[in-house]
Amino acid sequence: MHIDWSSLGLVAVVALVATTVLVALFATGIQALSRRERAAEAGRSDAVATVTAGTSFLLCAAIVLYGIYLIVLG
Amino acid sequence: MESSLLVVVVIVTALAFDFTNGFHDTANAMATSIATRALKPKVAVAISAVLNLAGAFLSVEVAKTISSGIVSESGITPAVIFGGLIGAIVWNLLTWFLGLPSSSSHALFGGLIGATWIAAGSGAVHFGVVFEKVIIPALASPVIAGLAAMVATYLAYVMTRRAKQASTTKGFRAGQIVTASLVSLAHGTNDAQKTMGVITLVLITGNMLGTGSGPPIWVVAACGIAMAAGTYIGGWRVIRTLGKGLTDIQSPQGFAAEVSSTAVILASSHLGFALSTTHVCSGSVLGAGLGRRLAEVRWGVAGKMAVAWLLTLPAAAVVGAIAGETASQGSLGTILVAAAGLVIAVGFYLASRRNPVDAKNVNETEQMPAEAPAPVG
Repeated sequence: MHIDWSSLGLVAVVALVATTVLVALFATGIQALSRRERAAEAGRSDAVATVTAGTSFLLCAAIVLYGIYLIVLG
Repeated sequence: MESSLLVVVVIVTALAFDFTNGFHDTANAMATSIATRALKPKVAVAISAVLNLAGAFLSVEVAKTISSGIVSESGITPAVIFGGLIGAIVWNLLTWFLGLPSSSSHALFGGLIGATWIAAGSGAVHFGVVFEKVIIPALASPVIAGLAAMVATYLAYVMTRRAKQASTTKGFRAGQIVTASLVSLAHGTNDAQKTMGVITLVLITGNMLGTGSGPPIWVVAACGIAMAAGTYIGGWRVIRTLGKGLTDIQSPQGFAAEVSSTAVILASSHLGFALSTTHVCSGSVLGAGLGRRLAEVRWGVAGKMAVAWLLTLPAAAVVGAIAGETASQGSLGTILVAAAGLVIAVGFYLASRRNPVDAKNVNETEQMPAEAPAPVG
């Protein structure tokens, strides 16, 4: 019997990192979006927040597309 | 029994298993989205059904080696496969009735192991491989998924602490639609293939396909459709347990749990681990519950699920062994097993009508399915 501990460890690390990064990015986007809304309500515009939100969500989309790519070719 | 007739019976049974697999596992992808109201229940199961169907067509890698070396394929006859399938179906129906998310893959493996053991002796079951490919991933995957979901949930709450509550909820709900869809797609590529593999194996043992053939397109289509139909019917009892019973899920938690489930499923199938989507998703939900401070995890429900997981393989194996041995006796045996399977299925269905859970009351928690009256079927 051969238990592949290194693969198992790799799954753990990859899953932990991928989940944390994606959720952190998405949370950053939501936080920025909320800041943008507050600024808009105060009659200002917050370019930094807009760019942060856009970038975060784009990166999330890229990760999701990579996930679909893995599913299709996995 | 004439072998071609037996082959037809086994194919029908395999599709029936695929159907139970579908409605049992709708919860994995959609329970958290339904619980947080990111998706309406009916919409959620429809999306999941379509993606399961699409997933079935995407890849046939797993289907090529159904038993994954768990049992010696030389000892497998159509009667053994039939027995294994009946064992898996009975266990799936029982756990669905009790509202417990249990692994359809383990039920199938268990059924096959039991039927093979009785038919060809314990030597035909490769226990080392079972331990390596089934037991270890079953123990490790929920822990990994739970840990990832816990850390991610904690982060999601800390990072959006100063954001407006309404936009946070709305944002994570939108994200959940995407992540829940990913889980469904991954599920379709994994689970529909197991049934395809079973049917292909039966066709090969019945000399209707050459050794080493992949599943014909009609097998792929039939399996995809059976699973999608099951998914669309929706295993509402299991959905309620996973979405509402284990812990109260909010949208950031649902999002974190679904991302974690997808990441674990993708990472491990990429590295060749056959794992159970059910175990992964349950682990994620539990982790998401722990990651939110003050969130309550109902350990009683978690304990019942753990017991069901432990019992899945041996219980399906026992039923599979009895069914396989009976079916091996000839036509009468096969008919007897098929009839018993039907009676049990109808029994569970009728029993479930006394305390129905459907799209309308799936988010109500006052009466937990785990405390439903004992099965009569």
